[in-house]
Amino acid sequence: MKNNLLISAIAGILSVGSVVSNAAEEQFVPIPIYRTGPYAAGGAAVFGGFMDYMAMLNARDGGINGVKLTWEECETAYKPDRGIECYERMKDHPPTGAAMFNFLNTPMTYAAMERTDKDKIPIVSIGYGRADSADGRVFPYVFPLATTYWNQTTTKIKFIGAKEGGMDKLKGKKIAHVYHDSGFGKETIPVLEALAKKHGFTVQHYPVAHPGLEQKAVWLQVRQQAPDWVILRGWGVMNPTALKESKRIGFPTDHIVGVWWSGSEEDVIPAGDAAKGFITAAFHPGGKEFGVIKDVEKFVYEKGNGAVDKKIIGSIYYNRGIIHGILNTEAIRSAQEHFGKKALTGEQVRWGLEHLTIDEAMLKKLGAEGFLSTMKTTCEDHEGSGKVRFQQWDGTKWNSVSDWITPDYELTRPMVEASAMQYAKEKGVTPRDCSKEK
Amino acid sequence: MSFFFEVLISGLLAGVMYSLVALGFVLIYKASGVLNFAQGSMVLFAALTFVSLLEKGWNFWAVLVVTLLAMLVLAIVIERVVLRPLVNQPQITLFMATIGVSFFLEGFAQALWGTEVHGLELGIPDKPFEFMGMMISQFDIVAAGLSGVLVASLALFFSKTRIGRALRAVADDHQAALTVGIPLQTIWVIVWSVAGLVALVAGLLWGSRLGVQFSLTLITLKALPVLILGGFTSVPGAIVGGLIIGGSEKLAEVYVGPYVGGAIEDWFPYMFAMLFLLVRPEGLFGEKRIERV
Repeated sequence: MKNNLLISAIAGILSVGSVVSNAAEEQFVPIPIYRTGPYAAGGAAVFGGFMDYMAMLNARDGGINGVKLTWEECETAYKPDRGIECYERMKDHPPTGAAMFNFLNTPMTYAAMERTDKDKIPIVSIGYGRADSADGRVFPYVFPLATTYWNQTTTKIKFIGAKEGGMDKLKGKKIAHVYHDSGFGKETIPVLEALAKKHGFTVQHYPVAHPGLEQKAVWLQVRQQAPDWVILRGWGVMNPTALKESKRIGFPTDHIVGVWWSGSEEDVIPAGDAAKGFITAAFHPGGKEFGVIKDVEKFVYEKGNGAVDKKIIGSIYYNRGIIHGILNTEAIRSAQEHFGKKALTGEQVRWGLEHLTIDEAMLKKLGAEGFLSTMKTTCEDHEGSGKVRFQQWDGTKWNSVSDWITPDYELTRPMVEASAMQYAKEKGVTPRDCSKEK
Repeated sequence: MSFFFEVLISGLLAGVMYSLVALGFVLIYKASGVLNFAQGSMVLFAALTFVSLLEKGWNFWAVLVVTLLAMLVLAIVIERVVLRPLVNQPQITLFMATIGVSFFLEGFAQALWGTEVHGLELGIPDKPFEFMGMMISQFDIVAAGLSGVLVASLALFFSKTRIGRALRAVADDHQAALTVGIPLQTIWVIVWSVAGLVALVAGLLWGSRLGVQFSLTLITLKALPVLILGGFTSVPGAIVGGLIIGGSEKLAEVYVGPYVGGAIEDWFPYMFAMLFLLVRPEGLFGEKRIERV
């Protein structure tokens, strides 16, 4: 770890130095990392994967169309106030300012949204953030790529429906929703209620007080309800604690379906045997067999570089970092096709994010077949209509247990639009007319 | 009715685990009159050191001894570097110093052993057994038993030994204790070492429940209402306070929570302790403060 910190520090210094020497040919990407604090394991691994991917592009391709990528870390410790401090410090970084911001932190994303809108710098929130920001008419500078929490929730119900033998079999079933008592945790309650109405099951909500160290009272109530399935919307230490408590009440672990922030190795290893059989949503798999990961190993780690300990390459969090690398850099590439092969401003990168197409051919070219779902963003749809798959923990690794599942956009899109319009009304935002921008 | 008792028993068992953390605070408070803000960080440091050495393939008992030695060294360093220069300073100064120790330890532990989350298997069975229609966790029973033994031993140690009496004298007045020949520095090292031992036991038991990770520092949140209720200077008070807080918070969560939106476990103990303070400011077993005018 000490070596990693040292390497990162040296990389940071070198990157700053190179900005001065060769400013016009470099694109700056800020890294508001959290290597310390309660979520350090996730922050270090995801941002580590992100930086490694950019380092690989620099080493293998000389950057993006000849424009080198540079980055700088700013430690937030997962605290929104420090995140905003980092934002202010890095947003005007030379030569063209920050290309975008990935906070990897929902509260920080909420806190920064109005600033980024004013500064014309996009926020990329891959797999987190507010669901209604998928409506690009109201949120021009926010991109909740992959899928939002709302859509992810609809795929959980589809997955449970498939396990029960069909969506019609959900009628009369009981689902317990055990969630982190925070904005993140509560976000999916309206969607679950709408799904319960649509499919005829009942849902009971059980909030868990932050940080979730003690959950006995909650799980005893779950046992009283005797649900058929549990949807676990946990974060951090709440996850292993929930799994252990569920085992103590004798609830079958393979009937607990978690959010993808419950689905890393860090969430299940502390729970030991209690985690065997646990299922979570995912927007990418773990593992090192993908071409893109092999390239990172070859062009970064074999040369003695890299932002993380080699042993975590291929972990869920690390691979999520690679996904961050792919989507952010492909957005820059897309914007370069429009504005020219040069360093771009945040406003120009925003255009690229809004015209991002990840199709099968591109996935093949990236060495990411099966690693990521196809997606396509538009002015109206900043989410990209992504898909979700499910994974199950076998005690040593996560295994994929479903194909890509398309969310119930028919149900969620009107909810997204209604919520976005409500936001626009409250904040005095005039929604864009996308037909005029085509 | 059996559900009520099941909730109550699970709360009482959790309460003993809270007592274990509260105990570390009590020890330091008794010796210096200061709330040790760094107790949670000591739990993290002890558990991380233990599990990291264990993962290197070391023998369990060897790791235990080495970790205890590490906590002893830590106690000596804290005494030499932080406490000794602050002898006879106001208590708020010592309190601020423990905040500094806390931040240092959090960063040092993670820099030394990394930020990864570790699983910890102590070999204590974690399956529930049925007792009169109630499901009781074996792990909780064993953990509560261990905590109870530790608390009882320390209560005896501090009430029946010379060190215990010296400790009370030091807590009362540093300068006066020095004047009558009590070695203040030695007492502080002993107390911080014992607090280190308590941190290690708490770290192992909580670590095997939650995983050894940064969040271990947050278990102090559970200890503070216990201290307020039981009294900052009483070892038995820590255990009685823990039982009351554990039992009441679980019952409140189940029977009151649904009417107020749930998730009241985090704030209910504080509210309960605050109401208690209004009636008995020194806590259940705390020493009543009498000052001559």
